[in-house]
Amino acid sequence: MNKTASWFWFIAAGVAVFIIGGLHMAVIHLDGIAGIFNPAGGSSLAWENVSGRNGSLVFAVSYVILLGAALYHGLYGLYNIVSELGISEKANGLLKKALLAAGVALFTVGAYAAFAARFITVS
Amino acid sequence: MKRQDVQERIISVYIHRFDPTSDKKPRAVLYELAVEQGMTVLDGLHRIKETQDPTLAFRFSCRMGVCGSCAMLINGKPMLACNTQILDVTDKALTVAPLPNFRVVRDLVPDLAPLFKKHVQVNPYIVRTDGHEMESPSGEFIQTPEELIKYLQFTYCIKCGACVAACPTAATDENYLGPMALAQAYRYIVDSRDDGFHSRKSVVGADKAVFNCHYAGECSAVCPKGVDPARAIQFMKRELVRDYLLMRRHTAPLKARALNDKSKEKKTPLPVPPYTVDR
Repeated sequence: MNKTASWFWFIAAGVAVFIIGGLHMAVIHLDGIAGIFNPAGGSSLAWENVSGRNGSLVFAVSYVILLGAALYHGLYGLYNIVSELGISEKANGLLKKALLAAGVALFTVGAYAAFAARFITVS
Repeated sequence: MKRQDVQERIISVYIHRFDPTSDKKPRAVLYELAVEQGMTVLDGLHRIKETQDPTLAFRFSCRMGVCGSCAMLINGKPMLACNTQILDVTDKALTVAPLPNFRVVRDLVPDLAPLFKKHVQVNPYIVRTDGHEMESPSGEFIQTPEELIKYLQFTYCIKCGACVAACPTAATDENYLGPMALAQAYRYIVDSRDDGFHSRKSVVGADKAVFNCHYAGECSAVCPKGVDPARAIQFMKRELVRDYLLMRRHTAPLKARALNDKSKEKKTPLPVPPYTVDR
């Protein structure tokens, strides 16, 4: 991916984080307003409500998109900050590979968790 | 101004001196200078060199803010020494240092070679792909005032290096292309006569270039000619993203207006303007 593409997706990921992350915060912290996402009513952090949202495909997909966008935005930003400190080209290459590997690993674990949670049922 | 109206004032001038053959790091040397209304920093440096220290080294040429040779750090801000009156800056103490973010050749003389090397990398000239038209022009290119205004302010750049000296990204990364070169690349990219976007894209869209600008805006704040490189860089990002999304419209130059066909028909050469000097 060239620098223009990387930067474009970095900005797009930032916008996605702002929107989906904002919705996530609203769902979790604004029970009174966004209570429609709490099927059992009451607190949004109640087990029944968390489990109910986890069972929704829309929520699972939004979590995966939020995870991917946040990881890409954060790790690409970190890469830019470190690479501008004047590190060598070799170190720059290693940094890029290490962050890519960390990003892929975290995304895999997070995406698995988001979808696996769909099948956790209330006993 | 009558002579008696001129009020002299003695100020302290701290000049950063550095001789690479004997100094390990720059040192500030204090000079006392009698300053009068209208005296520029460059005048002051000349006065010090003539009356106090002939070894002082600084670069200058035009003395009227056109050549960009005398850019230096004046009281912490990159400015043209010839275009800055001392009493506009201070009435007590003046500090003069070479431009930061450049290697110092000696005293107030920065090594601007990297600046010009980066400038050359962006092909700072009109690039055309129609070789035949260039070899045998069929007429002149038409450019509307709207097309001109897109790049006009960027043509005022005098390559003094003040923007690079003020740039925080250039301060941390010497390989960063820098605001001057990037603004000049944009100046040609938005010129309706230019076809060189794709040849410049690989330079301005690469690492250490346009996307490393974090929009501190200092380059625009210090430019002695009122050029806004930060604006050019942000617009350049937009052009590159549009190109990536296949949304960039290539504004091909308007077809040349035909040359004076009547003169061709009569087979008479175009009139030669008269000489402006005696021969």
